[in-house]
Parts: sequence; C-alpha cells; structure tokens
Amino acid sequence: MSKAKAGSARRTGVHRTVRARGGRQTAGMSRPEGRADFLARAWTMEVEAAERYASFADAMDEHNNREVAELFRKLARIEQLHADQLLEESRTKRAPAVPLRWDGGREGPETAAPEELHYRMQPYHALQIALACEKRANKFFAEFASKTTDAKVRKAAREMAAEEAEHVRLIEDWLKRTPPPDKDWEHDPDPPFVSD
Amino acid sequence: MSGTGVASVSVALAGSGGAGVMTAGNLLLQATAQAGWYGLMVRSSGPQIRGGEAAALLRIATRPVDCLDDRFDLVIAVDWENVHRFADEIPLDARSLMVGDPDHGSPPEVFAQCGAPLAQIPFKRMAKAIPGSWPNMIMLGVAARLIGLPPETLKSIVRKSYKRGAEGLAASLAAVDAGVSAAAELPETLRLVSPRRAEKPRWLITGNEAAGFGAVRGGVRFVAAYPITPATEVLEWLAPTLASVGGALVQAEDELASINMAIGASFGGVPALTATAGPGLSLMTEALGLAVAAEVPVIVLDVMRGGPSTGIPAKSEQGDVSIALNGLHGDAPRIVVAPTSIADCLTATQWAVHLAERLQAPAIVLSDQYLGQTRAVVDRPADVSFKAERVLAVPHAEGYKRYAATESGISPAAVPGTPGNAYTAEGLEHNERGIPSSQSRDHLAQLAKRERKLRQHDYGRHWAEVEGQGDTAVLTFGSCTGPAREALARAAEQGVHARLVSMRLLSPAQPERLAKALAGVRRVLVVEQNHSAQFHRYLRADFDLPGEVRSFHRAGPLPIRPDEIYQRITEWSRA
Amino acid sequence: MESRMSSAAAAAPLTWQAFKSDYKPIWCPGCGDYSVLNSATKAFATLGLRPENVAVVSGIGCSSRIPAYTSCYGFHGVHGRALAAGTGLKIARPDLTVLVAGGDGDGYSIGGNHFLHACRRNVDLTYVVMDNHVYGMTKGQPSPTTEPDWDSKLSPGGTGLRTFHPLVIALAAGANFIARAFSGNPNESAQILAEAIRTPGFSFVEILSPCVTFRPEQRDWKNLVRPAPVAATDDPARAARRIMTDDGFNIGVLYKGGRKPYQPPSGKATKHLAELEAEFTI
Repeated sequence: MSKAKAGSARRTGVHRTVRARGGRQTAGMSRPEGRADFLARAWTMEVEAAERYASFADAMDEHNNREVAELFRKLARIEQLHADQLLEESRTKRAPAVPLRWDGGREGPETAAPEELHYRMQPYHALQIALACEKRANKFFAEFASKTTDAKVRKAAREMAAEEAEHVRLIEDWLKRTPPPDKDWEHDPDPPFVSD
Repeated sequence: MSGTGVASVSVALAGSGGAGVMTAGNLLLQATAQAGWYGLMVRSSGPQIRGGEAAALLRIATRPVDCLDDRFDLVIAVDWENVHRFADEIPLDARSLMVGDPDHGSPPEVFAQCGAPLAQIPFKRMAKAIPGSWPNMIMLGVAARLIGLPPETLKSIVRKSYKRGAEGLAASLAAVDAGVSAAAELPETLRLVSPRRAEKPRWLITGNEAAGFGAVRGGVRFVAAYPITPATEVLEWLAPTLASVGGALVQAEDELASINMAIGASFGGVPALTATAGPGLSLMTEALGLAVAAEVPVIVLDVMRGGPSTGIPAKSEQGDVSIALNGLHGDAPRIVVAPTSIADCLTATQWAVHLAERLQAPAIVLSDQYLGQTRAVVDRPADVSFKAERVLAVPHAEGYKRYAATESGISPAAVPGTPGNAYTAEGLEHNERGIPSSQSRDHLAQLAKRERKLRQHDYGRHWAEVEGQGDTAVLTFGSCTGPAREALARAAEQGVHARLVSMRLLSPAQPERLAKALAGVRRVLVVEQNHSAQFHRYLRADFDLPGEVRSFHRAGPLPIRPDEIYQRITEWSRA
Repeated sequence: MESRMSSAAAAAPLTWQAFKSDYKPIWCPGCGDYSVLNSATKAFATLGLRPENVAVVSGIGCSSRIPAYTSCYGFHGVHGRALAAGTGLKIARPDLTVLVAGGDGDGYSIGGNHFLHACRRNVDLTYVVMDNHVYGMTKGQPSPTTEPDWDSKLSPGGTGLRTFHPLVIALAAGANFIARAFSGNPNESAQILAEAIRTPGFSFVEILSPCVTFRPEQRDWKNLVRPAPVAATDDPARAARRIMTDDGFNIGVLYKGGRKPYQPPSGKATKHLAELEAEFTI
C-alpha cells in the first residue's frame, strides 16, 4: 500500500509560490489486482479530473469569466479524451461500475481543488492549476512504479508516468503561449454585493 | 457647458465579472454633484457576491430629483453579460442611445428591439492600450462627454478618490481622457443644461446614512445591531459615529437580542435604536409589545424590502405597513413614521426619536431599500429641533406612581439612579404603581392612558407633506412620494392640477388633519408599492376619505414610475 | 447527470453526481462550500441513500444556499431556525435522512439557542456547520467564531469577545457525535459525514470552510489543520479535556458517545377515535 508522506508539498498555483508545509496530500491506492484493475483506477483519475474541470467551467461561467470557463471546458475535454484512451487500452468493455475511491480520504492526484479558483483568474492561472495536476499525476505514477511488486502493474505505471510527463510538457508549452497575468488581475473596484 | 440642453438625463452603466460598474457610477454621481447638478444612483446586481452582472442606474438633473425617470436615455455597457436581467429596470426606446464594446457580446434582444441606436466603443481594447487602466474608466469618460460633464471636474473627483498609487492614477486619468475622445463623434443631444449656482449647501448621502444621522441628532446614544439586508449600512455608519459622540453600539446575536438590548438601555434612560428589515421586525414584535406595556421608548428603523418571509432582500417594496400598524398582539398603540424622501430619512428619524422619548412608546420608522441604499444629491435638510426629551420624575417624588393615569397620559419616568423612585417596569398589566394587576379597573385605566397619550399629542405640521391644489389628490407615503411629486409637476404643466398628500405619521392616525388637507377633493388616488394595498386598507379603516377613491398599487421589485401616476391622474381628471 | 433513473436502473447504487442538481452555486469561486457540497453528495452516495429520502434543511447565509444545489428534498427556511425545522421533520418522518446545514453566523449566533437544545434532544439527524468565522452574506461582520481582534465596520477594532467554542458547547449540551472536518480535504470530509449520518443520534460536524472574499487569509488554513492526534473517544470526560484544549484545527471524529437517540413515536395508533369520546360521556 503506497501512501504519500505526511507533509508532502503541493503547489497552490494561483496565489503562492512558497511550498506549503503540511499541505494537501496526494492520494494513495490500495493494492490493485493486476494490470486491468490498475488501468481502471487510472481511468477513474482522468474522469474525476475531467468532471472537476467541467465544474470549474460552470463556476467561471456563473461569474461571467467566459475566457477561463472556455479554457476549463477545453481541459475537461482533454482529460475525458485521456480517459477514453485508457478504457481502450485496458481492453475492458465498459467503465468500472462502481466509482473507485482513493484511500486516506484524498482526492485523485490529478484532481484540482475548488479552493484554487478566483472569480477574476486569468487563463494563465488556470493552466498553472492544470500543470500542477499533471505534475502530481506524473509523480504519483512514478512513485507507484517504484513501489509495486507486480511486474505488469509496474510496466503500466511507468507508461502512465511517461504519459503524464508528456502532458506536463504540453501544458508547459501552452503556458509559454499564454500571456502572463496582468499585474492587477485580482483587483475589483466594486465591493461585494449582498443578496440575502 | 451650455444654456441649451436637457434638464434631466438618465444613464445606466452595466458590466460584469468585476468590471467596476458601481465604482464608475459613484464617481459619475460625485462629479456631477461637484459640477453643481443634482442626481441619484440606484444599484442593481445579479445574485453572485462577486463578479456578478451589475448595473448602476443614474439620473442627473438641474433640479433635485427624488426618483428614477420613466426611461433611460443612455446605457453604456463594458460588456453585455446577462444585462437582460436588468431589462425591466432599464426601459429604453428609440430615442435612447446604447454604447457597447463590440468585442464583448451584443445588447440583449429586448434592448435591440426597442430601436435605440448602438454605438461601438472597444472599452477593453482601449484599456489594454493604456497599461494600468480599467475599462470602467474609459466608460466614465464616454459618459462624461455624452452628458456634458466637464472632464476636468470628473478627473478631480478621480484624483480625490483614488487609493492605489500614482501610476494607477495617471493611467485612470488617461483612460478618462481616452473615453472622452472616443465619444467625440457621438450625438450631443443628451447634454445637460448647465447647472445653476448652488444657492444652499448640498449633501451627497443615502437614506440609511441620513436615518443614522437623524437618530444621533435626535439623541440616540445606544444602538444594538444585527446585520440584515438592506439595513446593515445604517448600523455600519452608526458604529464609529456613536463611539465618537460618547455612545455605544453592540452587535447582538440576533434580532430578539437587539430589540431587548435597546429596550434595556432605554429603561436605563439612554435613547436607544435598532435598525432592521421585515424578517427582523417580525422577530421584534413581542419585545415591541413589551415596550408599549412597560412604556419604554425605543426606535426601530425598518428598511423595507421585498416580502413576505425572506422575499427579495436587495429590492424595495412597501410591504410592512400592516405589521408596523397592527403586528402586535393585544391593544398596543405605537408610533409609525414614514420618511418621504432620502433627505427626509434624517428629519423623520430625528422626529421619531423625539416622539418615542416624549410619549414613552416604541416608534417604527418605515424606510425602504430604495430610500436606504440610493445615494442622492440633496439640498441640505433644514434643521429641526426635535430631540429626546423624556419627562422625568423628580427624585423622592412623594407617592411616586410610574404609571400614573395623568390627563395627558404621559407619566413622569424615573430613570434608574434616581433616588426615592425605584419601580419595576412591567409587561404584565399593572396598576399606577406598576404592580401587576388583573383588575378590570386597572386594565381599562392603563389601556386608556397608553392610547390617550399618543392620540392627544399635537404632532404639528410634520404629520404629512401637503402640496398643491385641485380637486384631485394623490395620497401616498415613503418612496412613492418622489414619483408622485414629479407626476403632479408634469400634470400641472398640462393644466391638470392635483394635490399631493404624503403621510409622514401613519400611527396614530390623524383623520381630522387629513380631512382638512383633502377639503374640496373629489378624486383620491392612493399610491403604494405592495400587492394587497395595505396602505389603502388602513386608510379605509381609520379615515373617511372624500369623493371617489382609487388605489394604484403594485408590489416591488420595480419602482412606481412618475408616468404611471401622471397617466392615471390626467385621465381621471379629464373624465 | 443521472437525475432521472429508470426503474430497471433504480436498484443500482447512485454516483455522488446524481445527488447534485442542475443549479450552479452562486458561491464565490474558491469558496470552501463547493467542496462541502461534493463531500455531502459523496457521503450520500457512499451510504447508498436515494435523493428522495434525504432532506437538506438550512437557514440563511451563503452556506444555507446548499439545499437547492442537491437533488434531494430541501428546506431553505429562516435565519437560525434550521435545527428546529429539521427536528420537527425528523420526528414526524423518522424514515427520512435529515441533514441540517448552515454557517457559523446562522448556527451559533441567532441559532445558538436551538443548537443547545438540538444537542440535548439527541434526535437522529446530522448538523453540518460550514464555519468561516464571518457573516458572509451580509458583507462581512464578525460571527461568534471570529477572532476578537478582527476589524470590521460593525465592530471596529474587533469585538473583543472570546470566541464561541462550538465543539465544547456541543459536548456540554449532550451531542452524541462530534467531529471537525476541513473543506480542503473533501474525501476525508465525505467519510466523516458518512460516519456522522450513519451514527444514531445527534451528530455534529463542524467543517472549516474558508471564505475567499471576506477572509482571504483563510487560504492558510490548509497549513494549519492537522489530523486529530488521538482516536475518537466515547468517554465524555476525556473528550471534554481534549476539546477544551483544542485549537480549532484538529480534524477528525473527536467524540462518539453511546447515548440512546431520541425515540420518535411509533406512528401506530393504540386507540380508535371513537374510544376517545368515553372520557367525556356522562
């Protein structure tokens, strides 16, 4: 059973560059039963990530941040694509019937946290969040590969780690093409509005 | 600035996602006030706490205005996100002008259909070209140019209010200039007539601030507060103010606590107030009955909002007439006062403090969200001398009876600390000494005393604003006074003369005074902003109205507009 | 979204997404309540509940908007009285799963009295308080859990009052299950909520849920929370010592007692109406 160490850092992306001590921990997994089972769990990870990005897009839409909403929808589509690919590779006929849960009460390593959002965030911030997710996913699979005793699972984990590393590169490229946030991106001259 | 132009212009500014629409609106209002015009600003927003679609609704004019106009001349949108939400609040027609950012959406269908021309100004692109600037400042420049506000006046206001550093300020000013230039090609038909030289001092104030100020002037020195939309600003304004005049404000755990705290403080001799809205007033009714029975003065400012229950918290409605007049169990007479305008929130509240203290009873001040949260340029209200003047018992009064059935009904109150007069304030029915009693003689005596003390008081000319002549009359109260006044002014220009009676004192009812004010009237139009015509029902119960009576009533959230009253009055008068 | 199930699929367990409605929350992006919504719906799914058998009862405030964002039955009542409404509902309908939800202002200020008595009554329901140490909906006033020196317009310079300690109060008043969770650990919170719902009697879960608009400094909470150093106890005295010295950031189930839950009436009639007349008949 692989469990991330307590205190493993997690970049918060939008607001801080200081490594957070005791921050949110990455997920653990109980021992999978063979390659197909492992891939199904990896599938869960992608699907959760896709659903989370979709809910981010909704929250951004509700707050009139169209540009970032669109970007999150794109990220959701990409994650769903990854999930579909995994399903094919795992050669199972259909998705796992019961959603698999992560141990230790964590969310999947590729799932972004709702607390990362800001109603005035810019595309750059959204990509920073995505980058952190992909890096965590890569790290997770690499660590998993180094710890498992099942040869088939190890091979699959290494492949996943490489896959995620490729995603990291893609997001980094995307970031290079994206304008950095404006200096005053957070600033809203108007006070909050009360409706209750 | 010129001698030609319009006397009044209505401008709506819209945008979303933190565009700074309210800030822009406030700056525009402040600048036009500085330039010598009058005006007001109403805020409207989506349900989000931040980043929602927002609209600042302004009216600027050469003379004081108490209400929004029937339509808008101009709508400027930094973006058109969800502006359709405000369509009912921003009536447009073919004479209006729309200005929008071509890169950020297009006007909603309902606006496009009205025939108003659309001018395109790329606010966001222009702001990006001036690093450190914001699209709302470009919008501000455009608005200034269109209505004839001198750019220099606007920029001086921007300078005064800017809090974020010299670079940002320079960019903001540059953005204003860019907006002014961009609007150079646009029509000049919306330019205001030059403002007249201000003859008297003027204020820029909201009704909530005015009410708080009136309370302090009246002598309130204890406030218990529980936040509730749209009354919270009264309490927020009072918090540092009371401290500065030697008073105290306490945040209570709920409305039951706040009203009971205020009553406790008042029992101790300190004039006390709390501010709330409908749901809070509902909670306070039991304690208000206690204040009636124990004859403890207390003032409750009720900033009415959409009801019933949680209702529509951020919108105005005049739906608490019934509960204010009748909401206490038993026979429990109380004072109800309704400010007639934003500036009158000061006078009416100050008067309410005086009445509550003099008559040793609770007073409810019926303001509403429109009055409370609209910021307006007003002529400085005339000073009134009303203040807390509780009739106090002399120390060691022989055979002191706290609840003596005097002729006026007012019995001297002993304040704790006064030697020789200790008594127990009682919610139970009691005899003249305050000892609980279930005797019919005592109950009758006390009921009559409490009723008599309110009824016999001479309320003077402040009971209502009575204006104009004619055999048609508009009878109303509160925020409907503004549109009614404007409607009657327009009608007079058309040769139709009507009277306006805006009642400031709702309880105790003043049937004789109203009869005098309506002498010779054959048609009475009762105007109010609620669904079940609560004010009309009260009039029918407690007054004899002359001639034919019609009721024009509609619930919020939309305001009653001058034209709606104008049409009804003129048609009826000519019929 | 599986908001409608055919009868054939009705037997299959629902995903947590099925417990969410189509309405998008108005909460500020970054608000901890989004995660709490996820945790609650995950808890419902874990327990194999069905949306029609769950009632979410709330008061007034940002967190109290939550019922409409679930696909369960909801009751968005008046400020501070959610526990009373939830109590009435559960006693009249013991077959339902009742989750009462709200914020710290709604629950500990105006709702304080009802909080005391709900703990005492020990009716089988779960009370979730999304605590952000502020009144969010009315623009940022101090709540009972706000630090005494937090400056605000209504209490300039801070209230100067000792904060309310809800877990201590809950224990003293007789709550049978006391836990603290953190919105930043949503799956852990889901597990805690599931356990709370599963446990008979009054279960109280305080979820620290940062307010990104009025208390942006609460983004730091993720660095301050820690797993509670000891396992849940069923000994009130030990729990009292632990909770009295708690600094507000220990996460986990802190107390799980063995009080018998309030017994609702059986619902079975033992007399016919006609028999009642005998009392009056001469």
